[in-house]
Amino acid sequence: MGGYGDVKLLRDDGLRLDGRKLDEMRPVTIEAGILPAADGSAMVTHGLNVAVAAVYGPMEAHPRKIQRQDRAVIDVRYNMAPFSTSDRIRPGFNRRSREISKVTAEALESVVLVERYPRSKIRVEIEILAAEAGTRCAGITAASVALADAGIPMRDLLVGVASGKVEDIVVLDLDKAEDNYGQADLPVGILPNTGEIAFLQMDGDLSPDEYNLAMEYNFKAAAEIHEIMVDALKRRYEGGEN
Amino acid sequence: MSNGQNGAELRLVTPGMAIGPSAGMRVGSGALAQNDTIIATRLGWVKHLNNTVSVDPINSAYMPRSGDLIVATVAEVRNNLWFMNINGPFQGLLPMSLAPWKVEFGAARQHMGIGDVVLARVQEVDECHNVVLTMKGVGLRRLNQGSVHSVPITHIERLRGEGNATIQRLRDACDCRIIVGENGKVWVDGDADGIAWARQAIDLVHTSGHKKSFEADLSALENNAPKNGDA
Repeated sequence: MGGYGDVKLLRDDGLRLDGRKLDEMRPVTIEAGILPAADGSAMVTHGLNVAVAAVYGPMEAHPRKIQRQDRAVIDVRYNMAPFSTSDRIRPGFNRRSREISKVTAEALESVVLVERYPRSKIRVEIEILAAEAGTRCAGITAASVALADAGIPMRDLLVGVASGKVEDIVVLDLDKAEDNYGQADLPVGILPNTGEIAFLQMDGDLSPDEYNLAMEYNFKAAAEIHEIMVDALKRRYEGGEN
Repeated sequence: MSNGQNGAELRLVTPGMAIGPSAGMRVGSGALAQNDTIIATRLGWVKHLNNTVSVDPINSAYMPRSGDLIVATVAEVRNNLWFMNINGPFQGLLPMSLAPWKVEFGAARQHMGIGDVVLARVQEVDECHNVVLTMKGVGLRRLNQGSVHSVPITHIERLRGEGNATIQRLRDACDCRIIVGENGKVWVDGDADGIAWARQAIDLVHTSGHKKSFEADLSALENNAPKNGDA
């Protein structure tokens, strides 16, 4: 991010370098229940991003000092696999993964009915197997599906989407080049049924009009991804009769 | 499992999905009233019963209730009590006064250590979700042999069947002792072939317990049971 002005990110015909329209999302696929050992799990592919999320619990919170007497704590661990990018990533926590873990946990805490499980912990593991810009959004979407798959009570499914600005034009769902050389990035976590925003970050500058357009794109994309999430959860239990 | 709808079409809902208007309806478990609408809070099947709308979850955590028979594992040992993993959000507490042995203060480790499996009953659950277990009672004991398996909480009834018919079929088919804990832990003891077959049956409950084809799949598996001489 940050204004490499001479990098061309839009074609002369108005389309983006990968042929997408300005308000077009990369292809998204979601599969629920992929990890048998987890209480709930999901894999999200968003463009070239691959995110796997696993949910364990609710379980007794350890160490006991992290327990909250009135609610459960959500312990999120976001991690990028060393092989997820072309440059090897040093394994283990770093500043970026700590930040994303924290914002993801706070976003999920606003959606999960944490007061149902006082003194307990819900562990969410997000592993990015392949990265191409937008991994925190893919991770949030995967975590949300995994939580629903685990039977954790939630107000809504949380969808992670992002818009941004390249060559002074607002576009939906930045790819790697647009993320690296664009002017702004606006990832948000949206509750599609209520239209609430559970988290919002912004890197770069957007005017009020550009911000409104970016949010319009984000809400449109969130509705599309939400449909795919619901379909993935229903597909997992198709043939079911209870 | 009962659906309470007498053959009406079952509807699978996901968290946040609108079930219907809340006017004149009571909100049951797995649902929430929000802006005159009842929404689902869990992935599951919508259930209408006596003017109450609820969602039967497909997956759920074990919430202990007084009187539950459970298969628990020792997680921590103190001088005068054991903390037990009961496969739920809270650990269970087994004081030495409710153990089946006479335990001296400081000698709890000599009777049970971390990882030991017991058959216990939930004695009490208070409003702060403190869970007290007891091993005083007929049949409650440490489980020294056999193996422990897991089934989803929501499929326990499916594993037991009407009047324990299904679990008895499994016991007869594999010639094993099988105890189903309310906490989703299943203890199986018998010969190796029997345990291996029982494990397949429990896996079937895990993967197909919610499907219409479950009975047929179980019958097919029964044909390969050790007692039928094929395994």
